[in-house]
Amino acid sequence: MMDAGRHPRIELLVNSEVEDVTGFVGNYRATVRRRAQYVDASECTSCGDCGDVCPVVVPDEYQQGLSSRRAIYLPFPQAVPSSYYLDADSCLGFNPIACGKCLEVCDKKCIDFDVQDELLDFEVGTVVVATGMEPYDPRPYDEYGYARFDDVVTAMEFERLICAGGPSAGELVRPSDGEVPRRVGFIQCVGSRSTTRGVPYCSNICCMNTIKQTLQIAEHYPESQQSVFYIDIRTFGKGFEDLYRRSREEGVNYVRGLPGSVEQDPETGELVVQVENTLAGRREEHRLDMLVLATALVPRKLNGDANGRRHIDEVLSLSHTSDGFVMEAHPKLKPVDAPTRGVYFAGCVEAPKDVKDSVTQAGAAASRAGNVLAAGQVRIEAITAELVADLCAQCKICAEVCPFNAIVQADKKANVYPDFIEAACAGCGTCAAECPFDAITMRHFEDAQIEAQIDAVLATDPMEKIVAFACNWCSYAGGDNAGTSRLQYPPAIRLIRTMCSGRVDQRFIWHAFEQGAPMVLVSGCHFSDCHYIDAVTWTQRRVEKVWTKMEKLGIRPERLQLEWISAAEGQKFARVMRELDEMLRTVTAEEVADTMRILEPKKLSQPKVVAAGPKAVTAAVPA
Amino acid sequence: MSDEILRIGVFVCECGHNIAATVDTEEVARFAEELPNVVAVVQNRYTCADPGQQEIQSAIAEHNLNRVVIASCTPKIHEPTFRNCVAEAGLNPYLMEMANIREHCSWVHMKDREGATVKAKDLVASAVGRAGRLVAQDEKTFPVTDAALVIGGGVAGIQSALELADGGHQVYLIERGPSIGGIMSALDKTFPTMDCSI
Repeated sequence: MMDAGRHPRIELLVNSEVEDVTGFVGNYRATVRRRAQYVDASECTSCGDCGDVCPVVVPDEYQQGLSSRRAIYLPFPQAVPSSYYLDADSCLGFNPIACGKCLEVCDKKCIDFDVQDELLDFEVGTVVVATGMEPYDPRPYDEYGYARFDDVVTAMEFERLICAGGPSAGELVRPSDGEVPRRVGFIQCVGSRSTTRGVPYCSNICCMNTIKQTLQIAEHYPESQQSVFYIDIRTFGKGFEDLYRRSREEGVNYVRGLPGSVEQDPETGELVVQVENTLAGRREEHRLDMLVLATALVPRKLNGDANGRRHIDEVLSLSHTSDGFVMEAHPKLKPVDAPTRGVYFAGCVEAPKDVKDSVTQAGAAASRAGNVLAAGQVRIEAITAELVADLCAQCKICAEVCPFNAIVQADKKANVYPDFIEAACAGCGTCAAECPFDAITMRHFEDAQIEAQIDAVLATDPMEKIVAFACNWCSYAGGDNAGTSRLQYPPAIRLIRTMCSGRVDQRFIWHAFEQGAPMVLVSGCHFSDCHYIDAVTWTQRRVEKVWTKMEKLGIRPERLQLEWISAAEGQKFARVMRELDEMLRTVTAEEVADTMRILEPKKLSQPKVVAAGPKAVTAAVPA
Repeated sequence: MSDEILRIGVFVCECGHNIAATVDTEEVARFAEELPNVVAVVQNRYTCADPGQQEIQSAIAEHNLNRVVIASCTPKIHEPTFRNCVAEAGLNPYLMEMANIREHCSWVHMKDREGATVKAKDLVASAVGRAGRLVAQDEKTFPVTDAALVIGGGVAGIQSALELADGGHQVYLIERGPSIGGIMSALDKTFPTMDCSI
């Protein structure tokens, strides 16, 4: 910690949050909000005079609320930066000023109530996301009595109670009466490995954390009795089994079975735990002085919106696996890479892990991020948009729909063509799909290339096939996920990959129907997962337009389906494929022939003829 | 489209049993031979392995291929591999196309050999159709800003920041709270060494 605070090449910004990140690998621009720093950290000597006079007393977060702090306080003794911090939410010094005691006593005059938040911009080549996790709130497990009994504590609270820097100066006392507990119990998997409450996965660290805590108690209080209630003890890491053995040798009683109830004996105040010991095959009652809940580790819902999606996920286009942790580019081969190039993961944001694994992964992420920086230059895939000036009618639609503001608007009066900024183009293809004049070419995802795929799959037995357009990041990857999970579904689907579902031109859909497709699927990312900001909203609008038109033409709109499938949703992918197969069986050959007859003269798969306008002036056309 | 005469090579990967146990790869290869502009078809046990890649490179030379279609796994795994492979043989990497007959076919239709084989043939035909219209592309390079943003000042963020800074890069370490240290700093001892967390 100290090293990070002192390093000449690390600029540390505390009380700060990332507001926005734009750009692309090697060339990101981050906007960071640094909340008002009412105490000048460079001047503060941590003398503590301000805290002494502060009249506000609030629970101390660092001590898990087991003790209190003032509104101006040192977060903890070893805090970096080592400066007092003024918590504006609890301070009385703001509108209207009711107090200013700290101002008066500060010799260094380093407190200023008038400073404001700052917005800072940083140019960076790579980003490491290490936003961590949070412990599970055990209150849904009412039978364990966390909300009812003072002496039922979480593992994090226990850490503070046993710590020399904690509220009891390292003396393990129980919260109800300050006495040292003689009989301590631990309940494992509180919120973990549950399909009904909490999370379905194993939280990875809790077995070892509990074993560690039993050894701490055994060290400080050799005469204490300890019981651990568990489902399985998982000691898979290096040196872990040794600690488990030591814990048992210290006399810790490991009971296989999770308690059914925890009550308090009204006479003695003891916690009475009822548990089925599944190894011994009997019901047991344990009378304890203190109970520690080994709570699950869950994804952080920092600044989450209604869907629990975090701001940082949005600005970096991060997706999540079904457990709610961020999704890697590949679970085995790119375990610290985000799907977005130049963004890497370290620590518990990716999955629950212990300190050693966090440090290991941080090294891996730093190495991956450092490689890009050390290379000095980055190569961008040649999948960007290009203008075909001869066809352009200077209508401005492309610039309006571009999610990345990568197109400078055309100006028909001045005969200026839209300018495509290649470095800013992410290759979603929304502009090409929306351009009514076919005046935009998506490199490597050209109309002719995609139409050739449609033609090829419909060349034989079209009635047996579903033409599907799937975006690279989510739906195509969801299909991969179904594959790696060996989820079986009927083979009717023929997937055509585009970078984004925003690329799927209406004309592709009409082309498929013209060529005799009984069913067409357009599949993209969930709105919150779209790798191209909001390109997927254009997908939806476009499909809705096609539905309306189909209805008008007397073609069943159900034959065009729209689905949002994420990269983690292999299950959903397989289910959708099964449902589509059912629907396919309802489409008759007559119906398809009718459609082809209706569409034949309409030429809906052809681009509009360019509007009469000024001819391309070479000088105004971007190279 | 230029006047170039298309010479497409198709490589059908068995992926050991991963593909071949479900998809009749011989049938797929026979089918591919009949597709327009296809001048060479090769079956590989593992196309991504060195011998498989060498077969691609020698076929490019021998048959003067100007398009390559590889029917194997998802491009999300091996597209970079095969792009490099064809580039080494002198072909523009964007003239290589993949057909995903593993994740999207053999692994998901394991009990339907016939259906899977029909589908694999279609996916190959689709890739061949697309390959015929592919255009050579040049990738642009851009300079990199030699600085990293590390979001979160817990143990992982601190460690990443230190590693990057020690490597000579400028680092901006962003922490939401008033101090770095994260959850680790609130722990008393840490396993397996049982030493202090800070």
